[in-house]
Amino acid sequence: MNPLIPLFVAVPLAGAFLIMILGRFIPFLNRYLAAAVLLFLAFISFWSLIAGGDAASVYKMGGWGLSGGIPIGIYLVYDGFSALVLCIISFIGLMSVIYSMTYMHHYTSRNNFYALFCLMTAGMNGIVLSGDLFNIFVFLEISSISAYALVAFGVGRKELEATLKYQVLGVLASFIILFAIGFIYWKTRTLNIADIRAAFSEGHEKSFYLLVQLMLLTGFGLKAAIIPFHAWLPDAHSSAPSPISAMLSGVLIKAAGIYVIIRLFFNMFEITEGMATVITTLGVISMVLGTFLAIGQWDIKRLLAYSSISQMGYVIMSVGIGMLLTARGIKSDVAALAITGGIFHMLNHAAFKGLLFLNAGAIEYSVGTRDLREMGGLAKSMPVTSATSFVASLSISGIPPFNGFFSKLIIIIAAVMGHFYLLAALAALVSIITLAYFMKFQRYAFYNGNTGKTLKEIKEVPGPMLLSMIILAVACLLLSTLALPAIRDAVLTPATDILMDQMKYSLQITGM
Amino acid sequence: MIVYILCFVLFLTGLYGVITRRNLIKIAISLSIMEFSCFLFLALLGYTKGGEVPIVDPADPVKIYVDPLPQAMVLTAIVIGLATTAMLMAVIIRIYRKYGTFDIREIKNLRG
Repeated sequence: MNPLIPLFVAVPLAGAFLIMILGRFIPFLNRYLAAAVLLFLAFISFWSLIAGGDAASVYKMGGWGLSGGIPIGIYLVYDGFSALVLCIISFIGLMSVIYSMTYMHHYTSRNNFYALFCLMTAGMNGIVLSGDLFNIFVFLEISSISAYALVAFGVGRKELEATLKYQVLGVLASFIILFAIGFIYWKTRTLNIADIRAAFSEGHEKSFYLLVQLMLLTGFGLKAAIIPFHAWLPDAHSSAPSPISAMLSGVLIKAAGIYVIIRLFFNMFEITEGMATVITTLGVISMVLGTFLAIGQWDIKRLLAYSSISQMGYVIMSVGIGMLLTARGIKSDVAALAITGGIFHMLNHAAFKGLLFLNAGAIEYSVGTRDLREMGGLAKSMPVTSATSFVASLSISGIPPFNGFFSKLIIIIAAVMGHFYLLAALAALVSIITLAYFMKFQRYAFYNGNTGKTLKEIKEVPGPMLLSMIILAVACLLLSTLALPAIRDAVLTPATDILMDQMKYSLQITGM
Repeated sequence: MIVYILCFVLFLTGLYGVITRRNLIKIAISLSIMEFSCFLFLALLGYTKGGEVPIVDPADPVKIYVDPLPQAMVLTAIVIGLATTAMLMAVIIRIYRKYGTFDIREIKNLRG
């Protein structure tokens, strides 16, 4: 039993309130309080990951436990998979807050910024920990509403248009999800994920099951920007302030979209071959189309946003391969490898895409433009930004010894071993195209002859921004150690186990 | 059964409005219609024929109660719906100040 579970939600919520109330009277409190909150979260999430062990632990809110064998209270569930996602939320969040300390200078009402930031973190932690469907919805809305406000933070024409698109699609997604939750409650008379699994395993109508699955996949697919539902992502992620883009792209689409899809389709629904095929297909489509949409972009942040869609496609595809193999009941070791690869790529993507968005923000901060055609030769005037973005570009395009190489390698090996040769070939091809457009980014931003302003006016960004970029670049290197068997067994295997063992989650939670 | 179908029709009405309307305010209204069809659906789920207010009466053990959980869910969802509507309206007002129009066809800076 991990005693720290409620703190993951309570501390950032309290932080948001304190910033709003005390921040008015005490100058500069907001940034230090937000940094302290995120530092605390990072500390307890890594401590729980190291000391936690394999067993899942449950916190029952208000002590409402079982009544007649049925869980009636609100459960917060901490297990191997949520532990990893909590770590990336708090780590990327901490880096973004340190970065914002100087980046947010030219924005007003910074109290609101840091309060919304803490609120968004609280929402994401809540989604990841929540053990019942309705609370996933509530926390999803907390994090989404703060994200809508943060995307519009610049209140310019572009920001407002982006946030309008994001909001209309986000609200649509939320109500499709709420409708699906209503349907599930209608049939099972329970909201607890583990209990729903138990209720469904006693028998269910096929068509009803399919309807609910498709509704949830649509709703969370909209939040995760899988390709037919991706229209809002490039606008929202490119218009937000850069630390927020790093949070949205690095963490929010994973915690609110991919994590919930994986959690629900493995631990709540029984895996069916049809659904597994749908998920794999969606993953492959986002992977391939996302990369082709990215290659033509000249705005750095739009390029990065489209590349997020493509990289999330990798995660969905490899998890889908794992689902397909599990549904057929063959090669469970290959299925486990595919799921491990997917989760590993998700962690890596948080590190390098967070770093790339921070780099883009640093370029915008110094040069004043995001258009690749108006910059060039920045390698001399901004050496740290150039070096860290080079690391991130190599990681995302899968060059050894950086982390992206190992996760893509695991995904491709799993696809080949599962006899999905076409998918393996596509994954390798997309990786090469990714390399191409990141080389384009590197060349036009840092190495081409200077076309616009004189170089002497451009200076390297201030210390806190450099610090967070350097830490993330080191993290890109360190994460590749997760490919070593000993470390993989300690960190990634508990997450894979909770997904692979179909009934274990349900039995564990309802038994507590 | 007819109530559930009408509830779904209300949801589709909202969806139709979101897709076809050009005025931002009307889009916001359509989203609210969708929202309220969800709330209606949840409230209907808890209804039991002849059910009473769910306060357990020890003197009468056979009494039928309505299901209180969907009601609690609806209350929470209404609060969330209020927050989303307020947020959307705030953004629409800011857009009107910047663009001088509510017409969604005029608001198209972001492409590609």
